[in-house]
Amino acid sequence: MSNYDAIIVGAGHNGLVCATLLAKAGKRVLVLEANASEGGLGASREFHEGFQVPMAHGAASFSSTVLKDLNLAGEGLSFSDALPTVGLSEDGNHVSVVGDSVTGALEADAAAYPAYRAKLKRYAKVLKSIWESTLPRLGAGGLAESLVYAKGALNVRMLGRDDMGEFVRVLTLPMRDLIDEVFEDPKLQGLLSWDGVIGNKMAPRSPNNAVLPLLLRMNGLHDGDHCVPNGGMNALNEALLSAAKKAGVTIRFDAPVAKFIIEGDENGQRATGVELASGEALEASTIVSSADPKTTFMKLVGTRHLDIQFTNRINRLRADGMVAKYHAALSELPKINGLDDLGGRLLIAPTFDAIEFAYDDAKYGEASEHPVMEITFPSLQDPSLAPDGKHVMSVNVMYAPYKEKSGWSDAARSAFLGRVVETLEKYIPGISSLVIAQELLTPADLEAEYHAYGGHWHHGELSLEQALMMRPTYYAAQYNTPIPGVYLCGAGAHPGGGMTGLPGRNAAREILK
Amino acid sequence: MKTYDAVIIGAGHNGLTNAAYLAKAGLDVVIVEKNDYIGGAAVSRQLENGYWYSSCSYVCSMMRQVIHRDLNLTKHGLMLVPYLGTAAFGENGQTLMAYTAEGPAYNELKRFSAHDADAMYRLLADLDRYSTLIRKTLLRTPPDPGSFKPRDIKELMFLAKTFWEMGEAEIYEYIRFFTMSAAEFLDDYFENDFIKATMATPGIIGTALGVDSPGSAYILLHHVMGDVDGTIGAWGLARGGMGAISNALAGALQEHGGEIRTNAGVDQVLVKNGKAAGVVLENGDEIHAKLVVSNLDAKRTFTKIVDRDDLPPGIFERAKNFKIRGSSGKVNIALDGLPKFNGVPDNRYINRGGQAFIGSMEKLERAYDDWKRGKWSSDPFIESVIPSAWDPTVAPPGKHWMSNFIQYCPPQLADGPWTPEKRDAFGQTVIDKIERHSPGFKDLIVHMEVRTPYEIENEVGLTEGNIFQGELTIDQLLFNRPFPGYAQYRMPVKNMYMCGSSTHPGGGVSSACGANAAREILMDLKKPNTVPEDDCHDTQYNIF
Repeated sequence: MSNYDAIIVGAGHNGLVCATLLAKAGKRVLVLEANASEGGLGASREFHEGFQVPMAHGAASFSSTVLKDLNLAGEGLSFSDALPTVGLSEDGNHVSVVGDSVTGALEADAAAYPAYRAKLKRYAKVLKSIWESTLPRLGAGGLAESLVYAKGALNVRMLGRDDMGEFVRVLTLPMRDLIDEVFEDPKLQGLLSWDGVIGNKMAPRSPNNAVLPLLLRMNGLHDGDHCVPNGGMNALNEALLSAAKKAGVTIRFDAPVAKFIIEGDENGQRATGVELASGEALEASTIVSSADPKTTFMKLVGTRHLDIQFTNRINRLRADGMVAKYHAALSELPKINGLDDLGGRLLIAPTFDAIEFAYDDAKYGEASEHPVMEITFPSLQDPSLAPDGKHVMSVNVMYAPYKEKSGWSDAARSAFLGRVVETLEKYIPGISSLVIAQELLTPADLEAEYHAYGGHWHHGELSLEQALMMRPTYYAAQYNTPIPGVYLCGAGAHPGGGMTGLPGRNAAREILK
Repeated sequence: MKTYDAVIIGAGHNGLTNAAYLAKAGLDVVIVEKNDYIGGAAVSRQLENGYWYSSCSYVCSMMRQVIHRDLNLTKHGLMLVPYLGTAAFGENGQTLMAYTAEGPAYNELKRFSAHDADAMYRLLADLDRYSTLIRKTLLRTPPDPGSFKPRDIKELMFLAKTFWEMGEAEIYEYIRFFTMSAAEFLDDYFENDFIKATMATPGIIGTALGVDSPGSAYILLHHVMGDVDGTIGAWGLARGGMGAISNALAGALQEHGGEIRTNAGVDQVLVKNGKAAGVVLENGDEIHAKLVVSNLDAKRTFTKIVDRDDLPPGIFERAKNFKIRGSSGKVNIALDGLPKFNGVPDNRYINRGGQAFIGSMEKLERAYDDWKRGKWSSDPFIESVIPSAWDPTVAPPGKHWMSNFIQYCPPQLADGPWTPEKRDAFGQTVIDKIERHSPGFKDLIVHMEVRTPYEIENEVGLTEGNIFQGELTIDQLLFNRPFPGYAQYRMPVKNMYMCGSSTHPGGGVSSACGANAAREILMDLKKPNTVPEDDCHDTQYNIF
């Protein structure tokens, strides 16, 4: 007789959300985490003695519904106000955006911004019911299931005739066209493109796939504006862990799962438990994977349990990471000409073309010649991340292809690191002299350390063909999978990545049905 | 002064189709054309003694057959000749013959990859199925999803039903196909890069997207869903050049009493009391008509020939933002003889067919990177045809002319506007590349016409030289084409219509836009419909 009703693989935020909700419903839940601490790709990381960085920069996407469902406020979790996003300029004339306010850009653009943002906010709201539902299979469900779509369609209709037409048009636009129609300031254009393309194999000119992730982000706490939990990103992980424990979830760290145990008889296959890398077997009738779909199906389930067409679809999922992480321990905060407050996030993405051309290199398997990046100083929110008076800097660098031509040879890696530092130095003069220690994690490194295929942030491209009722692929998009008893609850499931907590929450609801 | 029932602006093939159908329904119509010849981008022009260039469009496959028959175009001189195939050129002397016959085509693919030769069957069958759904919509007016009119709801239901009937897995595959890039789509089928590249090229023709850009898979389909004599996916040539299509349509128009005026560029649409009432020509003449149909692209129509004050708020901005990006050039060459190509044996009929200078997937994508940087591709994709190899009427005996379509060529250069010198340098890039595959090619050149988007815009009137009158991306397709709320051929000014490729179903010499617009006009005039609707009876499969 098993001790557990459900085993959750992975203690990332989605795994913890799912585990907590199942436990709250009275299930006996065990979470197995390969690493020594919780958080997954959102965890903290000590990269130099005494210096830590959170792997995720912010919690802008986090769903307020999940906060409520888990009563995370009760765990002491609260969030900062919206923080500015600053587009750095070499000449010190930076552009800064927070809420409806734009400073440092052309006046006409600043004046046009509130209406542009209001429009996107309306569209983000329309999709709220879609993000928070299990999207039924097309053409297979009954009338009741189709209601989810009917409700979504009704919400779209409620926008009114003109706005509805605009919504449908805008949904597939490349970031460049979406922004170019309204704004002329190159710095603002670069800045506003960022949240549509970050994390994906996508640039401002790529059609079809950018607006949806942007709207998903805008479903978050401050309508997509940058924000962090008070006390830093760690506060979020701690609150999630504490909520899980309070709900009665058992968590085992350093317990990597080798495979799922799947048994079959004349009635078909069924998951009955998991086998750890240590050889230990654990039983449960429900196995929930917060690992990415490729890892889940190709490694943990194993292709011999899957039909060939399904296997092919998992194989061809697009999940090659494009973002590298650069961490630096700093002897003090840098001074940036024209910018007093370093508490927001800083972008080096001065134009559409800067991002586009950086992407062009990555298409051919090369790390960008002129990388673009997002910079934060997490020790400003959480001083415990660095020794007194010292600071850490965390940088997301695009584009660093998972499948780098040389397989990320030492030469390629150090050349790229050199270009990253050089670019930083150009925008933040003097920064390199403050660096005590540094590290560069390529997508290949992220894969090795955080067990996500391709080192992909979102566990797979957030592109239209891998979104909604097709995320990660059809017949596995309703959180259940072709193997009875196996469920998905990670960012590879609807609605996707970006630290929303929604895949974990939606999966729990589906499992409890 | 005479008042016509309708004046149509622009005697391109859609304008002529529209006018012909209106005339056939008994309307008194006149079509005005700024050039001294008709046809727009479907023309045959004798720019060198004895050589008839199809200066712009060069193959015919999209032409709706039902219109061909209905307007009796054969009687008016249109004859389509099936295309024989293409020799594709890769890197390091690779050649791949795309035969139209199944057996040779299969064997040829097998030289590169047996897996891919088999996969080709799968690809073509899939494309065929995907195209069937779109083909059903070509001769239909898109529904307005924001309307509660019974007609729109019925049409929406039709689309939903057609979609639903494909079955669950097919629906998902279809959505995937619509949103992904040509490169990723083809990755599902092929392992050989060169085969992939040869199949990817229709995904970029005329489009400011690369083979890696999401959305290019649909463009690929747009180019393979045409048909010749019932064979889906086949290409053909018009005997006498593409002008034969325009001339046949003009013949049909005149047979029904329509009038054609050339050298009659429109300066402005006359609007009286909020209603279109005719046009003012560039020479100051006025033509009065009860309704005005513009065959110009949406951008040109609403930013050039309609006064901004006559438009409801927002339309000018919509038109300004309409994506119509020039990305292609054309080089037409009169030749002293038939060129020989490396790796193409003399004794094969294909050496009289088309040529595709491709390189590899990476080369195709890099060609797009140049465009993004405001340069013409230094190593462009060139698709060539030698129509005189099939059609003796377009060149003197023993001589030939070669049509070269070039992707990519930008409408504006990063280093300033186009000049004759830059245009010639662009032409040089093209013939240098051909010469590499055909030693001695340059010595055969008798005459050459180089057309960048700048020339195409100025002569044909296509904004930025975009051959589709607007990018074929999802945000500008079906009920979004040209703009949401105006996809049913009626324009924001009363009594004004659009019938060009800026409207559904978009670019290509299909006549569908013009015919659909005519149907809507007749409906508004409460006249019986004479425009054919359904064109999807054909079920013949073209494998290879």
